[in-house]
Amino acid sequence: MAGFSLPFRKRRILPGFPLALGVTLVYLGIIVLLPLTALVLKALDIGWDQFLAILTSPRTLSAFRVTFLCALAATCFNAIYGLALAWVLARYEFPGKRVLDALVDVPFALPTAVAGLALAALFAKNGWFGAPLDHLGITVIFTPLGIAAAMAFTSLPFVVRQVQPVLEDIGPEVEEAAFSLGASDFRIFRAVIFPAIFPAFLAGCSLAFSRAIGEFGAIIFIAGNQPNYSEIAALLTFIRLEEYDYPAAAVIATALLLSALLLLTVTNMLQSWHLRYVGRGD
Amino acid sequence: MEFKRIPPHRTHAQNRVGDKPLTKGLIIGGVVIGTLFILVAPLAIIFIQAFSAGAAVYAQNLKDPATLHAIWLTVLTAIVVVPINIGFGIAAAWAVTRFEFFGKNLLITLIEIPFSVSPIIAGVAYLFVYGAQGLFGPTLEELGIKIMFAVPAIFLASMFVTAPFVARELIPLMQVQGSDDEEAALSLGAPGWRMFLFITLPNVKWALLYGAILCNARVMGEFGAVSVVSGNIRNVTNTLPLHIELLYHDYNAVGAFAAATVLASLAVVTILARAWVERYDEGRAEVKKRMRPGGH
Repeated sequence: MAGFSLPFRKRRILPGFPLALGVTLVYLGIIVLLPLTALVLKALDIGWDQFLAILTSPRTLSAFRVTFLCALAATCFNAIYGLALAWVLARYEFPGKRVLDALVDVPFALPTAVAGLALAALFAKNGWFGAPLDHLGITVIFTPLGIAAAMAFTSLPFVVRQVQPVLEDIGPEVEEAAFSLGASDFRIFRAVIFPAIFPAFLAGCSLAFSRAIGEFGAIIFIAGNQPNYSEIAALLTFIRLEEYDYPAAAVIATALLLSALLLLTVTNMLQSWHLRYVGRGD
Repeated sequence: MEFKRIPPHRTHAQNRVGDKPLTKGLIIGGVVIGTLFILVAPLAIIFIQAFSAGAAVYAQNLKDPATLHAIWLTVLTAIVVVPINIGFGIAAAWAVTRFEFFGKNLLITLIEIPFSVSPIIAGVAYLFVYGAQGLFGPTLEELGIKIMFAVPAIFLASMFVTAPFVARELIPLMQVQGSDDEEAALSLGAPGWRMFLFITLPNVKWALLYGAILCNARVMGEFGAVSVVSGNIRNVTNTLPLHIELLYHDYNAVGAFAAATVLASLAVVTILARAWVERYDEGRAEVKKRMRPGGH
């Protein structure tokens, strides 16, 4: 405990600290920490050599490669489209804007299995998107492209919701000043606006990437799930469980957990960087 | 630097980037068309496919006993998990926003963890606690208590994935509001529970409601974590999202889409509720203004 410093004492007049903290710690302990600890212990239990052997087996490596590459592609797409969406919502007034704003939340509100079902139907060979794409010689369903599409759909709102409020905050003064100096639209965007939204933009991309890596429900409907081709790491974990290969499941899940925690740390750092950036302007 | 006059074609209102009519039209048009393809089409195709064999078949698909059972189990899970999550959220927000203590930031990060890990990890992790190979598995088996591949595991996995939902809405709001109102109530002699019921709760009611709505949507729609721990036993441990997958793999696509319309409708209601709360909740606007970047 922090001891009896003055602010601590002053705040202590409010009741309920032991109860609130106790409930919080017990709940988090039982629901979150205990299972994650059990998972890591299981993975460590196997021994380092075995751990590495599972992680570097061709099928595991391929699953992680597919997962990370598709997540990267999906995040790149979301970076561009999400930025455009945030821009439109923050800067323009037009009829139907509220509807567009609400639609951004569809990927969060729609259960992933439903999203997967819908995307599989859209990209099927005779589907709304699948048929014209097939004509162009592009197959999305049952290929890594389908995985990237599902990842892009489910993680779309992150970039929008991170960037939108920051864009809304930028006042017209800076831009007017830049205009009066004769700068072009593109130059002002690059030199004035983009630097201001950059931390929030990166935080959004990092959240989207993290979500894409962990996505499962939306992907399995559209991926075809062929080993060494369109099989993602989360699914391989699931398959190893169904084969009763618990050590392998524990190792792959632990690797996924570590990458998620790493991304969480990066995102938190980006967000505090952004808050400092905003604070300096005040 | 050479001083240039503001180009004459710019009126005052157009002195911002991207405000020239052509640029603006192109960007709005592009984004709206993109949204029709990316966000509207998936929602639309669910309903179109579900009704592709007619309304009678749709109704029949929904009235299928296995589907009805899946709907019931999904609702039951929400009834159990959402109130627990609300209780946890309030406790966590109260501890974190009203007191200073060692390790507070670590605790906040810990609350966020379920949000960033894959639901599959949650499912696997529970298996190593309560499964036959897990920490407590053998003990539980001796006692004859079944958690894994049964309804309790569905509750637990749902609690894991939704742990941050209510807390994440309450913490920024309660931080911004501060504790002046509560301290005033206490100094006027109100007991702690009265202060909580008549000051704290009314102050955060919209955020609480919003968090509960999001939590409910996630509980009812959770797939990955539940699919690991449930065992997918039809009419016993099959929640609605799992049932959709099962129907799809049974080559009953129309049935799968019919079941999916229930969850898609829930998503639409969730989105409408969000828009509604945003409009009426002034505290939310205040949080947004002061705590940027706000969540997502």
